[in-house]
Amino acid sequence: MNGRYETIDCQRLLCPMPVIRVQDRVEQLHAGDLLTAICTDPGALQDIPAWCRINGHEVVETETRDGEYLITVRVGTG
Amino acid sequence: MGESRKALSLISGGLDSLLATKVVQQQGIYVEGINYFTGFCVEGHTHAIRKRDRARPKRNNALWVAEQLGIKLHIVDIVDEYKDIVFNPRYGYGANLNPCLDCKIFMLHKAAEWIDANGFDFVITGEVVGQRPKSQRKDTMPLVQRDSGIGDRLLRPLSAHNLPPTLPEREGWIDRGRLYGFSGRSRKPQMALAAEFGFEDYAQPAGGCCFLTDANYSVKLQDLWQSRGERRYELDDIMLLKVGRHIRPRSHFKVIVSREQGEGNFLSGYRKQYPSLNMISHGGPFALLDGEVDAEDVELAARIVGRYSQGRDANEVELEYCTRDGNKTPLRVRPMNADEIPAEWLL
Ligand code: SF4
Repeated sequence: MNGRYETIDCQRLLCPMPVIRVQDRVEQLHAGDLLTAICTDPGALQDIPAWCRINGHEVVETETRDGEYLITVRVGTG
Repeated sequence: MGESRKALSLISGGLDSLLATKVVQQQGIYVEGINYFTGFCVEGHTHAIRKRDRARPKRNNALWVAEQLGIKLHIVDIVDEYKDIVFNPRYGYGANLNPCLDCKIFMLHKAAEWIDANGFDFVITGEVVGQRPKSQRKDTMPLVQRDSGIGDRLLRPLSAHNLPPTLPEREGWIDRGRLYGFSGRSRKPQMALAAEFGFEDYAQPAGGCCFLTDANYSVKLQDLWQSRGERRYELDDIMLLKVGRHIRPRSHFKVIVSREQGEGNFLSGYRKQYPSLNMISHGGPFALLDGEVDAEDVELAARIVGRYSQGRDANEVELEYCTRDGNKTPLRVRPMNADEIPAEWLL
């Protein structure tokens, strides 16, 4: 019943690169899978959720720790 | 009749592509957006880096536009392929290092491939005849269509009445009578149309859509090519050109000095790729050294960095030099005076 859970490293990448990485990874995943992006550009806190809203995915968790932002996305049906 | 036609809209994040897309959506066409990331796009970057700008987070305008329109947006990384456009533009550069005409052709070529691969019918852009000196002239517009291979599958809804009918108009998918005839540099018609649609708070980029139209940026890029003896760049290079002061005291190396803490944090992320200098005795900047440096060069760089530190008037400041492998050496130098840094060093 559980889907896949993956993380991708987007450290040092500036927007929109983290969004592109998430987008390209999500394409390989299935509805219900989870993907956590580890980002250092605070712009990702806005851009990844915006990208999710537009494309039918959902941000389920956002965590900030020592200059890192962990954004977890649940893949939607697109 | 019956099946809905599909269009792909080139979304830059500016007002024109927002309006052009809306006009087409209103005619019952299904639209998705595409945004090409060249590495030079103005979006976010420097704002994300500089600390004082963090208070008001910068949105990505292309995503914002897509959300306003309720369309999907595909962001495509074309950084590597785009290099060839920047190095060898067939139609040359604009006022700075902006290869706008070749850039348009390239993006529309990619868009044509995309619609072929995804079963879409035509492409939309927000271009307006006469708006940009080179890439949006009445005589260059057909050239862009020809060279990109998009041909008459390109609709420019804001300027359609100034141009020959395109495939979607001829086929009756689009009613030409409900398109527009904007031309020239005035933004008034666009602003009026935005008001009509109820769009507010849209981005109004000053120059073009990218850093290549920026004179200072172009100088730094040219300097990078000159110092390397060839036209070459990596994504990191062009990102770094957006950050800090760039000072070239010798032809074989330059110093990138942070101007504030946010930039310092950003630059320190490159410590494994570049030798760096960090202030110890006083508050001050973090700096990267780009080029192959010897001990004499490091000392010169340290004196420059000292100049931008809070110890600029001290007889001696202490810094720490760190190699790419993380070997650290303390260093004591006399900071340079303002008049010891010639204007030609500052890029
Ligand atoms: S301003 Fe930059 S992105 Fe826009 S057309 Fe010119 S080169 Fe291309």
